[in-house]
Amino acid sequence: MAKHGTARDDRRPSVGNLRTLRGKSEADSPASARAESLDRLIHERLRLGIVSALAVNDSLSFSDLKKLMKTTDGNLSVHARKLEEAEYITCTKSFAGRMPKTEYKLTAAGRRALERYLDHMEALIRATRER
Amino acid sequence: MASVTPLHRAPPPEPPALHVRAMDNLAFIRDTMEAAGSFTAVSGWGMVAVGIIATIAAVIAFAQHSAVGSLYVWVAAAVLAPCVMLWAIVRKARRAHVPLLAGPGRKFILSFSPPMLVGALLTIVLYRAGVVDAIPGMWLLLYGTGVVTGGAFSVRVVPVMGICFMLAGVIALFTPSSWNDMIMAAAFGGLHIAFGIPIARRHGG
Repeated sequence: MAKHGTARDDRRPSVGNLRTLRGKSEADSPASARAESLDRLIHERLRLGIVSALAVNDSLSFSDLKKLMKTTDGNLSVHARKLEEAEYITCTKSFAGRMPKTEYKLTAAGRRALERYLDHMEALIRATRER
Repeated sequence: MASVTPLHRAPPPEPPALHVRAMDNLAFIRDTMEAAGSFTAVSGWGMVAVGIIATIAAVIAFAQHSAVGSLYVWVAAAVLAPCVMLWAIVRKARRAHVPLLAGPGRKFILSFSPPMLVGALLTIVLYRAGVVDAIPGMWLLLYGTGVVTGGAFSVRVVPVMGICFMLAGVIALFTPSSWNDMIMAAAFGGLHIAFGIPIARRHGG
């Protein structure tokens, strides 16, 4: 799995603002227009990974996600909080004996967001092939 | 001597095209889902159900007066248990919205099936040869082998359970045959329940 960036990665050029990087001809294409409407929140790699992993599991613990995403505690909690604020995931904190346990679940809004994102990606590829 | 820096630097590489990034993102989502799917490939509650079936089979097998009678009971349990397990795996995969034969699920089935087929064939061979007492040990060894190889793509607890089955098989092969039902009950009953509950609780059912 690719190494994930930190929360500061939001400032890097995303598919959305590639329009300014790649010049006018491509920027005016239908593919680029579709890229504009991308959900930036789950476009970031680590957040996309969290949502994708939760889409195939009822719930995952913080340590499961950390292992899966090969990231640090701080990085995971920052990105998970962003998804939580957008109500894409829910977070439940409990104790297993004396050990604190954090469980994440994907919400219906989060699942819809992932489906929309997948549709966008497929549409981008289709639009490029049709050109 | 100082190095010479050319006046005309190479142009920066072109940023990847949109469709290339889109394909890369789709591949990333698929890979993440496959990796995360290992958490769902084995049903913990299915294992608990198999453990209960094995415990009931052990009680019935104890009541049999011959090794062959006991063997028939275990064969019946060996037919019923995979059906229950398969139902539990399908149910869990559906609840998690993941295709049954995608990624780790497919790998598990491909790795688990060969030792099971070998076990079925060897059961016929050993039964015909009249070496019925060796069958429980062989079953445990091959079942454990299947769980270890299939579990290589799952959470760590699954191959650990496979090793426990293999150890139980070794014990069954080198102890008196009168212990077989007890060892089978402890392994197929006890180990499935003992490992199934934590898997169900920690890995979504």
